[in-house]
Amino acid sequence: MEYLLIVNLDGAAIDALPEDEKRDLDARSIGHDRELEARGRLVAARALQSPATAVTVRVRDGRISTTDGPFAETREQIGGFLLIEARDLNEAIDIAAQIPVGQFGCIEVRPTYKIPGSE
Amino acid sequence: MSAGPADIEAIYRAQSGRVLATLIRLLGNFDLAEEALHDAFIAAAAQWPRDGLPGNPRAWLVSAGRFKAIDLIRRRARFDAALKEIADTLDTEDPEMEEVSIADDHLRLIFSCCHPALPPDAQLALTLRTVCGLTTEEIARAFLAPAPTIAQRIVRAKTRIRDLDLTFRVPEADELPERLDSVLATIYLVFSEGYAASQGEDLTRPDISSEAIRLGRLLAQLLPEAEVFGLLALMLLHEARRPARLSAGELVLLADQDRSLWDHGLIAEAQDLVSRAWVTGTVGTYTLQAAIAAEHCRAATADATDWARIVALYDMLLTAEPTPIVALNRAVAVAMRDGPEAGLMLIAPLLADKALANHHLAHSARADLLRQLGRNAEAEAAYARALELATLAPERRFIERRLQELGVSSSPLPTDGGRLGP
Repeated sequence: MEYLLIVNLDGAAIDALPEDEKRDLDARSIGHDRELEARGRLVAARALQSPATAVTVRVRDGRISTTDGPFAETREQIGGFLLIEARDLNEAIDIAAQIPVGQFGCIEVRPTYKIPGSE
Repeated sequence: MSAGPADIEAIYRAQSGRVLATLIRLLGNFDLAEEALHDAFIAAAAQWPRDGLPGNPRAWLVSAGRFKAIDLIRRRARFDAALKEIADTLDTEDPEMEEVSIADDHLRLIFSCCHPALPPDAQLALTLRTVCGLTTEEIARAFLAPAPTIAQRIVRAKTRIRDLDLTFRVPEADELPERLDSVLATIYLVFSEGYAASQGEDLTRPDISSEAIRLGRLLAQLLPEAEVFGLLALMLLHEARRPARLSAGELVLLADQDRSLWDHGLIAEAQDLVSRAWVTGTVGTYTLQAAIAAEHCRAATADATDWARIVALYDMLLTAEPTPIVALNRAVAVAMRDGPEAGLMLIAPLLADKALANHHLAHSARADLLRQLGRNAEAEAAYARALELATLAPERRFIERRLQELGVSSSPLPTDGGRLGP
């Protein structure tokens, strides 16, 4: 079963870290991704640029409208995601709990859903 | 022999508890052992279809899990120096793979999952996941609960095991009775959940009773104590009668069941277990309940039931477990032995008890005895009260049928005298 781990982060808290701690956090994040990959769990993982770079798109009656920034304005914003393969929800939770940047925010664990007819 | 995903899943269900238990001993850490277990199975899923099933899949998984754990620790040791030492020790140690210690590992795991310091619903979820190898989502479906709720229970239970350092010790002889009670109660709860499921309208729930029986058989192998035999026998006897318990979705009382539908192989196995428990001389509540159920199963017809012996067994059960529901069952058995009047005299004071005053079974039983005595107006009132209190659809329909029968006919109907429960 595939689960999406949505990493919500308080970007300001990470920006405020001293440089060496930031480097250490990056190294641990890369290490964690590699570990998941080596263990056959990782489908995809990406970090995202800051919410300020986001554009929200809506299509209504064939007309496209765009607004600056993410859909919701909260202190914790999506900072990245991992798509993982896990046996069940609790294994996905255990993997989520080890995400190094998790201590600066929270991780939402969502089981994926296969749209009927997609395979 | 090559192995497909279905074979690997079957091996997971059969072996993951044992593999995990041994990994916990080797690694000294529940979470790490779980990760190693999952890693070992992922390796198996990649390797077995290609290279064929190993001769001893369990030993293969333990060994793969151990190496995966060493890998994991090494990788993490780059950020944590203390871990490196653990990895080095693990690498030089030779794992003990004797059957005796493997059985002990498994038993330790069961005792930890059913630790009395964990709430019962957490014991249930943790046992089904770690000992029976069910996924969180499967457990959630079985209990008709949202998966996040079950997941949370499991996370909390594991945290508690870690915080209280409950991990992995077979209880000493002096604490065994209390700890064993907790294990047996958990297994019986699993069984009852599955058994009750067949009473609901929803028949799609996976059969978790068979998981409970599997656990019971496992425990009987690992820990041949009288009450372990008693519980297994009790579950087997309920299971044996399951095919006759419902007819076209309606409840069939014990007296009216088609006894040819019973699984007589299971009954024979259970009777043997009861005998083995009985000769130990220390008979507990599960063994007594099993002995009562076995006595019912021994009778070729409902009329041939030895009610005197059943009353004698209830006398013993009431001493061991003096609860109103046992007293009620005993009263029904006394009515079968001595007639409805005798039963009514025993039920009257029980209805003063708050627990039974609001229990539909007590009013149903009383109504039935009144009906047998031809006191139809009183019987009708008692059935009406039972109907107010019953919640399960087949039970409600059963009471409604009785009420209808009272309306159209005043002739005595066959008596039930069925056991209540589980």
